Amino acid sequence: MAKIKVEGLTKIFGKKSKKALELLNEGRTKDEILHETGCTVGVNQASFEVEEGEIFVIMGLSGSGKSTLVRLLNRLIQPTKGSVHLDGKDLATMDEKTLREVRRKDMSMVFQKFGLFPYRTVVSNVEYGLEIQGVPRDERYEQAKKSLELVGLKGYETKYPDELSGGMQQRVGLARALANDPEILLMDEAFSALDPLIRKDMQDELLDLQTSMKKTIIFITHDLDEALRIGDRITIMKDGAIVQVGTPEEILTNPENDYVEKFVEDVDRSKVYTASNVMIRPETVNIEKEGPRVALKRMRDSKISSIYVVNRNRELLGIAHASDVSKLVNDEKESLEDIIDKDIPQVDPNTPVNDFIELLTSSSVPLAVVEDEKLKGIIIRGSLLSALTGNEVNLDGSVSTDSTS
Amino acid sequence: MDLFPPIPLAEWIDDFVDWLTNAAFLFDGIEGIISAVLTILTSSLGVIPEWIFIVALTVLTYTFAGRSPSLTIAVLAGLLLIDNLQFWDDMILTLSLVIASTVISILIGVPVGIWMAKNSVMEQIIKPVLDFMQTMPAFVYLIPAVAFFGIGMEPGVVASVIFAMPPTIRLTNLGIRQVSTEVIEAADAFGSTGAQKLFKVQLPMAKTTIMAGINQTIMLALSMVVIASMIGASGLGQQVYYAVGRNQAGAGFEAGIAIVILAIILDRLTQSFGQSRK
Repeated sequence: MAKIKVEGLTKIFGKKSKKALELLNEGRTKDEILHETGCTVGVNQASFEVEEGEIFVIMGLSGSGKSTLVRLLNRLIQPTKGSVHLDGKDLATMDEKTLREVRRKDMSMVFQKFGLFPYRTVVSNVEYGLEIQGVPRDERYEQAKKSLELVGLKGYETKYPDELSGGMQQRVGLARALANDPEILLMDEAFSALDPLIRKDMQDELLDLQTSMKKTIIFITHDLDEALRIGDRITIMKDGAIVQVGTPEEILTNPENDYVEKFVEDVDRSKVYTASNVMIRPETVNIEKEGPRVALKRMRDSKISSIYVVNRNRELLGIAHASDVSKLVNDEKESLEDIIDKDIPQVDPNTPVNDFIELLTSSSVPLAVVEDEKLKGIIIRGSLLSALTGNEVNLDGSVSTDSTS
Repeated sequence: MDLFPPIPLAEWIDDFVDWLTNAAFLFDGIEGIISAVLTILTSSLGVIPEWIFIVALTVLTYTFAGRSPSLTIAVLAGLLLIDNLQFWDDMILTLSLVIASTVISILIGVPVGIWMAKNSVMEQIIKPVLDFMQTMPAFVYLIPAVAFFGIGMEPGVVASVIFAMPPTIRLTNLGIRQVSTEVIEAADAFGSTGAQKLFKVQLPMAKTTIMAGINQTIMLALSMVVIASMIGASGLGQQVYYAVGRNQAGAGFEAGIAIVILAIILDRLTQSFGQSRK
């Protein structure tokens, strides 16, 4: 069952909202309604479902109503019409007290400009949500500290927000949202105010956190690259209405209409994809238990001319070429040690495709994708090309991932 | 321009004031409260020996007003001068009047300011009233004040409160309205009740602005002491008033300087409270 189910959610700003609603039902456009009634349509009959544990990205340009939409979800803005069902309860119509409980226990929000309390220390900012619930001082302090540790801000407890950089302030915002352990996180352009490098770090960190937390995250952004990077599913909004909902692949490969198409045609896939998206599983030999004979057989079986040499922990030692290995076999040597070619190109799994294309074209062997010394995969030209042309990299089960999941 | 007969505005107001005297019990009550506050203040401040008072204020200035040695020395010298000029008791009376007026202004002004900030209709109603209170020449308040509270310190406090309260109200309103929407949204999004939002977010964030308003209120209350002395409020203001009546420039300046010294000390101290982090 869906965690959040939104049906016909509509917000009209202005005094004649009833009249505007009628016109909206007649199918009039936003401009016509503004002209006739002076009312602005913020969100126009939005309906969608968010599954438990997914990152659901709502994306649109400024003025598309995405920030209004997210505020309708926790009723910071009162909806004009429609419903927001959370586990079966309708947030749009529940009484103030129940709504407050939902905000305290089930949903937290992270803001674009952080929304921190400047007169409170970092830890007491994080404690805020627990404090207003009446959680005892010691308990909430412990929880806030844990939450800060989670976002990598251990040791900054007694600082004030204005003593931190933008990226760190947003970590405080995230820690504050996580402190009361909500099931749902609403993130309103949470990383938009950060500079590009920090933004990417935060995106990675959010994805890391998400693998262990499994929260339901609703993420608002105007940046398609960001949406493609972190979204399990993406909603595209225009003029307050939802244009398309789908996985990143669906949005990229099968745009619903011209608007979405125009949006995605600018996406440079080489920027969106990273090494881990296009790598395939390599053939390896474990130097601690396998010798030249095994290596040669394996190369012959998979029709390749070189093979990666690793140790028991799958740490990359180098590459062994078929000619050298057969020489070892002829000399009846037992160890591959002497002929390992250590001079091989390596990249980090998070490196964008853009950054290693040149390395790949100039190298005679595949690129090794290495993280913490461990061999994660290799990149060959064929797999890269098929990924960039929009196909999924999936070579006979020997492969890894598609574009974003 | 005799097209219209003159409007009998003065008579109407007189009638209104007369009618108000029917509520004498109310004014007696208010007077009782004010005079009790004043008695407590004057007797408790008056009991403290001069030297303890001087040392305490000097230390207070040094610790709170930015640890500035020059200001501290100025405060010490100023207080010694007041004592030397034989104005100590008058200074205590004036200080009591200012403190009483300020406390009453805060007790009324801050809640009214909060109400204005939360309710735009109230803001529309109260704003012109505040303009009226501030622009009406302060002398005018003395007349009804005497009618209701007689002669002495009490009507002086009432007139000072009316004249000095508007900045506290205005800046409380402004301070709360200035809190950024995102911070308010954050408070709401975490499930704050109205009171939690007010006391944990809005007031702390408006603190500096509200303190600026209170600082203004204190200064205005101090500026009322000479005017209040015309209806019998004793203290430094009365010394100035006497000097004016007897055409004694020297005596007038002596008392005037004592007022200035008091003003500087109160100003610096309240400003520093506004700036300090909690």
